[in-house]
Amino acid sequence: MTKDLLSIADLSRDEIHLILDTAEAMREIGRRPIKKVPTLRGKTVVNLFYEPSTRTRTSFEIAEKRLSADTLNIAVAVSSVLKGETLLDTARNIEAMQPDMIVLRHASSGAGHMLSRICKSRIINAGDGMHEHPTQALLDAFTIREHKGALDKLKVTIVGDLLHSRVLRSNVLLLTALGAEVWVSGPATLVPPGIERLGVRVSTSVDHAVAGADVIMMLRIQQERMSGAYFPSLREYFNTFGMTVARVALAKPDVIIMHPGPMNRGVEIASEVADGPYSVILEQVSNGVAVRMAVLYLLAGGQEGD
Amino acid sequence: MPLVMDADRMSRTLTRIAHEIIERHHSPGIDELALVGIRTRGVPIARRLARSIHEINGHHVPTGALDITLYRDDLMRHAVGAQPVVRKTEIPFSIDDKRILLVDDVLYTGRTIRAALDALIEFGRPKTIQLAVLIDRGHRELPIKADYVGKNLPTSSSQSVQVHLTEIDGRDEVEIQEP
Repeated sequence: MTKDLLSIADLSRDEIHLILDTAEAMREIGRRPIKKVPTLRGKTVVNLFYEPSTRTRTSFEIAEKRLSADTLNIAVAVSSVLKGETLLDTARNIEAMQPDMIVLRHASSGAGHMLSRICKSRIINAGDGMHEHPTQALLDAFTIREHKGALDKLKVTIVGDLLHSRVLRSNVLLLTALGAEVWVSGPATLVPPGIERLGVRVSTSVDHAVAGADVIMMLRIQQERMSGAYFPSLREYFNTFGMTVARVALAKPDVIIMHPGPMNRGVEIASEVADGPYSVILEQVSNGVAVRMAVLYLLAGGQEGD
Repeated sequence: MPLVMDADRMSRTLTRIAHEIIERHHSPGIDELALVGIRTRGVPIARRLARSIHEINGHHVPTGALDITLYRDDLMRHAVGAQPVVRKTEIPFSIDDKRILLVDDVLYTGRTIRAALDALIEFGRPKTIQLAVLIDRGHRELPIKADYVGKNLPTSSSQSVQVHLTEIDGRDEVEIQEP
């Protein structure tokens, strides 16, 4: 493994499989009466979150605790960042207290890369701006693999706000690396130009993109990152791109529906679909803990050139 | 590479251990017995012992698999090298008040067994924990002793003992490798 987990692009196919296989073993720990192993005893992990997060932060914290690491949460809302400290200075100060790993969520793309250059601690990217969210893609792949056996040749359709989505970027890199056929769909205003160069098929017709899909992955409309008017109204968005029962019917009968959360019900996904029989949305959340345990464990060891 | 146990000998050794297990669990009742194999090669050995016990007295002994990687005392001690691969622990029964028999292929320093004891205790509180090994090669670094031993094999610590099992390696044999 590399020193840090910043981008799916840094992982080889073998490393991806190693993480997913390790997660398989880690998942069993969550089903024990005592959900804890002593593996990371004496290691300190700092969760440094510059953006609001419930799922990802909780998931990392549970994963760290299950591995017996000492965890420390720094929520920016109550920290010195409000007094004007830069990310770099905050990181240097945290680093001076010798943590072993830093889990970073930041609104700027590449924040993790910058930290990685100045920190000896392992850096895990828990979402950087509109760039990547590697552990989300890994847990998605884990969930798909569990339902479909392998990702090879599967048709995976990703629908929604493609432009602002770090989940999309990480997923496209991961899914294509594992041999899936990836389709993306969304309003033309939210399709980044040149996205087909990542090896995906693009269609602005959701019905077309969803036809015969094995997996449908919905992305959240990220109103907090939107600076302009990308579509006329949320209702019109739902009518044109929302995942409804009728649209799900166009996919394969055993399709699974995924969403990285948080969901906007009635915007990108109908409640009947989110809570319906094909939905694996809550499984994704459970699997997130196992996948993050695997990442923490694998990065905690040494590596070449240490 | 001297062969110390062939397939025939291995099969007879495991049958003998199965008989010993039944004998010693006569009074406490074999109903309380469960086998837990330590990954990797303890698992097929545990399954074979369970099969033997079933053939001898018709009793089904629950059998599980334990991966001790996350409990190793040498994890994180080396700055260089990838982490050991973690495999699944599968103990599909409650170990509370059971008589657990841990099964491994080779008993050497005793550190694997120490880790296995730690791992096992997280699953509950068994009445007793015993240990069965195919080979005891000596050189203990911890106060640990096996209750059932297939073969005592005097070795020097520079040698290595390789157990091959059909389920994993395609053949049954034990050999000593010189450095």
